Amino acid sequence: MDMSVELDVFVGNTTIMDEEVYQFWLDGYTVNDAVKVRMEGGVLEEYEASTDVLLSDTMDQFRTFQMCERLLHTPAKLANQLLFQIPPHRQTMLIERYYAFDNAFVREVLGKKLSKGTKKDLDDISAKTGITLKSCRRQFDNFKRVFKVVEELKGPLVENIQQHFLLSDKLARDYAAIVFFANNRFETGKRKLQFLSFQDFAFCAGQLISNWTVGAVGKMQQLERDTESGAVRQLLNKQAKEKHPICTNNMVEDMDVDLDKEFLQDLKDLKILINDKDLLDQHKSLVCTALRGKTKVFNEMEANFKTLSRALVNIAAKLTNTKDVRDLFIDLVEKFIEPCRSDRWTSADVRLFLTYYTNSARTLDTFRHQVTWDRYMDVIKSCILKMYHD
Amino acid sequence: MPGKLKAKIVAGRHLPVMDRASDLTDAFVEVKFGNTTFKTDVCPKSLNPQWNSEWFKFEVDDEDLQDEPLQITVLDHDTYSANDAIGKVYIDIDPLLSCEAATVISGWFPIYDTIHGIRGEINVLVKVDLFNDLNRFRQSSCGVKFFCTTSIPKCYRVVMVHGFVEELVVNEDPEYQWIDRIRTPRASNEARQRLISLMSGELQRKIGLKVLEMGGNAVLGYLQCFDLEGESGLVVRAIGTACTLDKLSSLPTAVLPACNSPSREMKESPLAQAPSHGCRSSHNSPVHSAAAASARLSQGFSVSVPTLIFTGMGSGGSAGKDGGPLKTLLRQQTQSALEQREFPFFTLTCFPPGFLIHVGGVVSARSVKLLDRIHNPDEPETRDAWWEEIRQEIKSHAKALGCHAVVGYSESTSICEEVCILSASGTAAILNPKFMQEGCLDSYSEHRLEDPAPPSCGFCHIPYDELNMPFPAHLTYCYNCRRQKVPDVLFTTIDLPVEATVMGKGSLIQARLCRLKKKAQGEVNATAISNLLPFMEYELHTQLMNKLKLRSMNALFGLRVQISVGENMLVGLASATGVYLMALPAPGGIQIAGKTPSDITYEQHISNMQKKINDTISKNKDLYEVHPQEIIEEVIGSPIPESRQRSRLFRSHSESSDEVSELDLSHGKKDAFVLEIDDTDAVEDIHSLLTDAPMPSGFYSCNTEIMPGIYNWTSSLQMFTSVRVFRLNNVNLTNQGLNKIFNDLCENLLKSLYFKLRSMVPCCLCHLNFAVAVPEEELIQVAVTAVAMTFDKEQAQENFKANMEKAIMKVISENEEQLQFPLELCTETPAPQPFSPSKGTGHQDGGGIHTSARATSVDYSSFADRCSTWIELIKLKAQAIRRGSIKTTASQEKGSPLPEGRSRSLRCMRPFPSSTVSVVKMTPLSFLPGTRIIKYLGIINMFFIRETTSLREEGGVSGFLHCFIAEVFAMVRAHVAALGGNAVVSYSMKECVFMENPNKNQAQCLINVSGDAVIFVRESEAEATAAAPQTSSMQNLSGAAEANA
Repeated sequence: MDMSVELDVFVGNTTIMDEEVYQFWLDGYTVNDAVKVRMEGGVLEEYEASTDVLLSDTMDQFRTFQMCERLLHTPAKLANQLLFQIPPHRQTMLIERYYAFDNAFVREVLGKKLSKGTKKDLDDISAKTGITLKSCRRQFDNFKRVFKVVEELKGPLVENIQQHFLLSDKLARDYAAIVFFANNRFETGKRKLQFLSFQDFAFCAGQLISNWTVGAVGKMQQLERDTESGAVRQLLNKQAKEKHPICTNNMVEDMDVDLDKEFLQDLKDLKILINDKDLLDQHKSLVCTALRGKTKVFNEMEANFKTLSRALVNIAAKLTNTKDVRDLFIDLVEKFIEPCRSDRWTSADVRLFLTYYTNSARTLDTFRHQVTWDRYMDVIKSCILKMYHD
Repeated sequence: MPGKLKAKIVAGRHLPVMDRASDLTDAFVEVKFGNTTFKTDVCPKSLNPQWNSEWFKFEVDDEDLQDEPLQITVLDHDTYSANDAIGKVYIDIDPLLSCEAATVISGWFPIYDTIHGIRGEINVLVKVDLFNDLNRFRQSSCGVKFFCTTSIPKCYRVVMVHGFVEELVVNEDPEYQWIDRIRTPRASNEARQRLISLMSGELQRKIGLKVLEMGGNAVLGYLQCFDLEGESGLVVRAIGTACTLDKLSSLPTAVLPACNSPSREMKESPLAQAPSHGCRSSHNSPVHSAAAASARLSQGFSVSVPTLIFTGMGSGGSAGKDGGPLKTLLRQQTQSALEQREFPFFTLTCFPPGFLIHVGGVVSARSVKLLDRIHNPDEPETRDAWWEEIRQEIKSHAKALGCHAVVGYSESTSICEEVCILSASGTAAILNPKFMQEGCLDSYSEHRLEDPAPPSCGFCHIPYDELNMPFPAHLTYCYNCRRQKVPDVLFTTIDLPVEATVMGKGSLIQARLCRLKKKAQGEVNATAISNLLPFMEYELHTQLMNKLKLRSMNALFGLRVQISVGENMLVGLASATGVYLMALPAPGGIQIAGKTPSDITYEQHISNMQKKINDTISKNKDLYEVHPQEIIEEVIGSPIPESRQRSRLFRSHSESSDEVSELDLSHGKKDAFVLEIDDTDAVEDIHSLLTDAPMPSGFYSCNTEIMPGIYNWTSSLQMFTSVRVFRLNNVNLTNQGLNKIFNDLCENLLKSLYFKLRSMVPCCLCHLNFAVAVPEEELIQVAVTAVAMTFDKEQAQENFKANMEKAIMKVISENEEQLQFPLELCTETPAPQPFSPSKGTGHQDGGGIHTSARATSVDYSSFADRCSTWIELIKLKAQAIRRGSIKTTASQEKGSPLPEGRSRSLRCMRPFPSSTVSVVKMTPLSFLPGTRIIKYLGIINMFFIRETTSLREEGGVSGFLHCFIAEVFAMVRAHVAALGGNAVVSYSMKECVFMENPNKNQAQCLINVSGDAVIFVRESEAEATAAAPQTSSMQNLSGAAEANA
C-alpha cells in the first residue's frame, strides 16, 4: 500500500444515521463485522461502492453513535443538547432502539437483582444466548439505569419511565415489568418456568402493578368511569378510603413498585374458603353445577376441585412472606398449571373453570371477603390464562 | 460614551461534574468586556444552575464594541484552591451594532473549552444601547453591514457598487511567544482565540471605515483569511466589495436583485451565450527573501493601500449593444475611467442581469515569498506590498484581455515553514458602468426597455481586439447572435450568469496534480517552487480542458485553482463547474495520437484508448443531456472563419510556454483535441481522464451556487464537512505514482459522499469545495464542505417557465405589498420586553417534565424582544391562530413523519415540546430552496482551537476531529439561534489546520468558519402571510407567540 487513511470523518449539519448500521452497533458488532454484513446485504452493488467506502461510512456512524451514547443515558438531554442536530423522529428512533432489548436476554435476568454480581454473569449469558457481550452490557445497564431512576420517583411507574426515558408506551410497560420483577425478585429462572416468555411475565407484571400495588388503588379511581367493572372498583375504592382515610391520590401514587401490604394481609382471610368445610363443599357444588356439560374434562375438574382451590387459596395466604411472593409464579405453575395440563385441560377449560370458580365464591352466603377475593382472583385468573400454554 | 453593553447571565445546564466528591459543581460566571469584569454569585452544588443575574453594564466606545468580543467564563468555585475554569463563550456583538440586524442576542450557548470541548451550555442575554446618532458612527464604522454572500443579498437592492476594499492586520502569534513555554496549552489556545477574535473585529472595523469613506453602507463578498506564518507572525486579512444597499421593501424595483436565486433563473429568450477563453496567469518567481518581515513586538499594526473609489465611471454609452465601434468606444471610456481606480476588483460572483457586458477569461497571479524572521520591526507594510504587487499583476492581465475590471476575485495563501505562496485570481470582465452610478438600477431598467433584445450572449463576446489577441485563441461568430466573435472555450471564476443559456446539466470538473520537490531551505526552496508553479498550472489547465471535452462542454464556471506547498511536494487542485453554453461552438472530441505508429500492439493500445474515450464522451452526453447540433453553421452559412476547422490546444499563458508549445499540435483532425501519448504527461492525462468514476445515477455535482439545468429544488438539504488525511507510506514515489494516489484519494472521497447521501437521491452536491493541504511531509489533507440538495425529478421542465413567471409576478406583487406595509418588525429601539427572558428557561425546565416534546421547537425568548409592541405581538398571535398551526423549524426532512411509536394523545395535549433547541440550517449557498430570506442578522465569523493530550481516549484522530467539527457546527448554530436566526447562508470553513503527534498522544486543530446569519420563511408561508409582511418575518415568532398565549 502506497498510502493509508490516517483520518477520515464526515459530519453533517443534520446528523446522518442509518438505522441498519445503528442496529449493528447496538448489537455489539465490530466495525469490520458490520461491514461484512453490509457487504452481503448488497448496498454496495447499487452504489458501486468499494469496501473502503463502506468501512469509512460504518466507522463514521459508529463514532457518531458512541458520541450520542452519553446522551441516550438521559434521553431528555437528547432534545436539548446542541451538539447533534437530529430531527425529532430520528431522536425517537434512537432512543427506542437503544432501550429495546432481546427477549432471550431479558429472560435471563428477569427477577434478578440488578447488581454487579449479576453483571459478572453477563459473560455466561452472552455465551448462552449468542448475544454479544457488548449488547448484553448495554441492555443490562439500561435495566439498571431505569431501575435506579424510577426507584426514587413518586407517581405511576409506567408514566415515570415514559417521561424520563421518552419511551413508547409498549416499551415503557416492558420496563415497568422489568423494574417490578427486579424489585420483588420474582423467581423466573427455574426450569419449570422456562416455557414462559418475557411477554408472559410482562403481562403478569402489568396485572400485578395495576391491581395489587398500593398505587393501583389510586389509579382505579381514574379508571372507574371507563371500565365496565366500575362497580367493583368503586367498592374497592370505598374500602381503600375507609381503611386509609388520609390516603388521597397523591399519597398512594408513589407505591407502584411495592405490593399493597394491607391487601396481602387481607388475603389470609380467604383461607376460610378451604378451612371451612361447608364453605368448601358449597363452593364446589356451585362450580360443578355450573360447569356440568360444558366441558370434556368435567370429571377431572370435579375430582381436582378441592386440590386446586386449596392451592390457589394457599398461594394467596402465603403472600405475606417475601419468600413466597418470589415463588408466586413457580407456585402457580406447580400447583395449578401442571395438574391441569396433566389432565389435558384446554385453555378454554381453564378459563371456564376459573371464571366459575371466581364468580361462585361471591354467592357464598357466609363468605364476606368478596372485594379481596375479586382483587386476588382477577389477577390470578388472567395470569394463569396467559401462562397456560406449551 | 457612545454605547452601553448589557449582559445578563440567566442559567446553565448540563454542566460537567467538577467536584468528584459530591458529583456536583459550584458554578459562577465571569463576564468580561475590555478590561472590565463582572461576576455572578456562586450557584452551589448544581449542574443546572440558575443565576438570573442582574444586568451587567459596560460603558464603552463603539470602537471597542466593534473590536472586542464579550467574553463569558464559567468557573467552578473552590474555597481552598484556585477556581477551575469550566469553559468559555465568546460572543461577537457586532450584529447588535447595525440597526437593521439583530437587536438582542439571547439563547443557549455551548460552553467551550479548548481542551475538553463543549461542557454544558449557558443561557445569556446581551443588548447594546447606542446613545449617539448615526453621524457619530463615523468615528467607528458601526452600522456597516457585512455579508459573506457573493451576490446581492436577497432582501436588498444595490444602489451603487463602490468597489474593492481590503485590509490586513498583523500580530505576533501567541503560540510562538516566549511565554508559551511556561503557560498551559489551554492558556495559550485561549490567548490565540482571543487575539484572533480581536484582530477580526479590528479588521472589520477598519474595512467598515473605508466603506464609509467611499459612501457605502455594506460589504458584500467579505472574505477574511488567516495566515499562520509561525514565528514571523499571524496575519488576518480581508477583501470585499463595498456597496450601497437599500432595503428592498422600500423600493419598487425588486426583480433584479432576485436574480441569483436559481429558481428565478430566467430563460425567456432562447439566447445564446458565451465564450470564453483561456487563462492567463503569471508567476512572480523571483524570490523576495529580503525584507519579508512584518510582525512587530507590540500591538499588531495594520497597513492598507489606499483604495481608489470605483464609482461613477464615465457615462458608458450604449453598453448593452455590441456594435464593434461602440464596443471600442465603450472600452476606451470605461477603461480610462477605471484606470484611475487602483483596483477595479469585485469579490462578487453573481450579478444582476446586464451587469457583465463581456467576460474575458480567468486572470491569476502567484508569487512565492520567504517569510523571514523580523530583522527590522520598523519596516512595516511588507505584506501589504506583496498583495499590492499581485493585484497590480492581476490588473495588468485583465488589461491585456481588454478588460477594465476583475470579477469573482479572491486571494489565498499556502504556507509551509518559511515559504509562502500568495495567489490571486479572478475573471477579467467589462462591466456596465451604469451599475457604478447612483440610481443605477433605475436607469438600467429603462435601458432595458429601450433595448428589446438584451444580448444574453453578450458576456461571451470577446472583449479584446481580434487582431491583437492576448493569447492564441480560436474565435468564431457567436452561435446565438451571429454578430460578435466568441472564443471556443470560456473559463471563469464566477457563477453562471442568470441570462446565460445552457444546454443540459453542468458537472463538477476537477484537475488534480502532485509534483515532488526536493526538500530545501530558504531561497533555494522558494526558487524551486516558483520554477514548478508554471508547469503545474499548465498541466492543471490541460487536465481541465480534457475533462471538459470529455463531457462535451465548452465553459467552466467557478474555477478555483489551489496550489498547496509541502516540504517535499506541491499539490494542485483545480475545481470548476463545466457547462455547455449555447453561444459557444460545440467542442470537438478527443483524438489520441501516438508517435511511433509502426508497432502494432501499440496501435491497438491507442485505438483501445480512443474507443474508451469515445464511449465515455457519448455516455457523458446522455448523462448531462448535452447534444449539440453541429449542423447549424452549414445551414446558416454564417461567416465562420476557416480556422474553425481546427481546434487548438489552449494554453495557460505562462512564462514557460515556449516549452509547452511543442504540445500544441495541429493534427488537422477536424475539431479534435489531440493528445499525444508518448508524452508522460499525456499518459497521465489520459489516465486521469479514464479513472474519473461516473457519478451514481441520481447524483449531480457542481462547485457553483447553482447547478445549470436543475430548477425544481425541493427544500431538503444537508450541509456537510468531510476531512481526510492520507499518509504516503512509500518514500520513493514518482510523480506519476503520487498523482495516481492523489487522484484516487479525491475520487474515493467523492464516492464516499455519494454513498453517504444516497438516501437523498435525486440530488445535487452544490458548492463542492475542496481544500487541500500538506500539513506534514507525507501527509495530504483534503477537506470538503458542500451541500446536498434534493430536487424533483418528475416535475417537467416545461412547468418551470410557468412557475418562473408566477414567481416573478409574485415578487412584483410582494413588493407592492411591502410598499403598502412598510412597517418594519425590528425597530431598533429594544422594546419593552413582553416576556422576561427567564421565561424561556422556565419553560424549558418545565419541559423536562413534559418529556413528550420531541419536536424541535424554538427558543423563543429572544424573539420576544423583537416585537416592539404588544400590538404586534397580538397581531402575530392572531396570525398564528388563523393559520391554524405552528410551523416549527423542524421540517428538515421532507415528509418527515411524526415521531412514531409515541402515544400521540400525550403529544397533542402539549404541542409545545420541551426542546429548547431551534433547528438551524446551514448551507454554503446564498439561498435556501423553497424559502425566502427576509432578514440578514449579521456575519458569523468564528475561530476555534481544540487540543487534546488524550488522543487515543478520544477515539484517535478521527474521533477527535469528528467531535470538534460537530462542536463547531453546534456553536455556529447556537450563535445564529441566539441572534434569532434559523439559517446560515454562504457558510464556509475557511481554515482547518490539523496537527497531530500520536507518539505523545496529542493533537491540535484550528478551524475558522464564516457565513451570514439569516431568517428565512418558506415560500408557501411567505405567500400566505404576504398581506401582512411584518408577521411573515418570523415563523418562529408566531410560534413563540402562541406558546405564550
